Amino acid sequence: MNYMPGTASLIEDIDKKHLVLLRDGRTLIGFLRSIDQFANLVLHQTVERIHVGKKYGDIPRGIFVVRGENVVLLGEIDLEKESDTPLQQVSIEEILEEQRVEQQTKLEAEKLKVQALKDRGLSIPRADTLDEY
Amino acid sequence: MDMAENDEFCAKYLILKGLNEMTPSYAIYESYFTAAYGGRVLSEVFQQPGVCICGTLHSVDQYLNIKLTDISVTDPEKYPHMLSVKNCFIRGSVVRYVQLPADEVDTQLLQDAARKEALQQKQ
Repeated sequence: MNYMPGTASLIEDIDKKHLVLLRDGRTLIGFLRSIDQFANLVLHQTVERIHVGKKYGDIPRGIFVVRGENVVLLGEIDLEKESDTPLQQVSIEEILEEQRVEQQTKLEAEKLKVQALKDRGLSIPRADTLDEY
Repeated sequence: MDMAENDEFCAKYLILKGLNEMTPSYAIYESYFTAAYGGRVLSEVFQQPGVCICGTLHSVDQYLNIKLTDISVTDPEKYPHMLSVKNCFIRGSVVRYVQLPADEVDTQLLQDAARKEALQQKQ
């Protein structure tokens, strides 16, 4: 049943398990309970999943209310496909450690790049924030 | 160029416009999408990863949010999270571009509709 035929509605996705990608790079997995026209979401039994390489770790978070502007995408999780992923689940401490190491190497590479560009008189502005039109 | 086809397209597009009460300038893009329903599209997301998602266009709305079914990520090693996801909803504000197959859309029809829209706006 579609309230407005032809529109991309999230109504059919309610009460299903979803993966939400946020603008800051975080991945949340939870049951979608509520939506509105701004794509603000209410997620239930949410778990924050951190991916590093082939490993991932889940941190239970409870209930999340996500402001729509921070949502990149929302994907319905296929429960059968979820059970046969090639990824390996590890403990929270391990994945946080791996993430810290990854962030460190990224920061160092970034620093070198910025330095090299500065030496040539160029600078790239960081694209952290979106200009809402 | 078939007159009947043209009218049908314009009719569909106008009905959509009535339903959603969109601002005229965006209406034309939505009708562009509706013409491509069912076709495979590739959409790149603006944010930090810049992930490219390929999928079948299911629906679009006035904010140009897109719903894709049967998706595949073009670079699966960098974005492992999408492995168990088959359908997704992408918020319109984060889309950098959507690539539609050229043969799916009748540009002639679209141009005519756009011209009509521009005339209507002037009046």
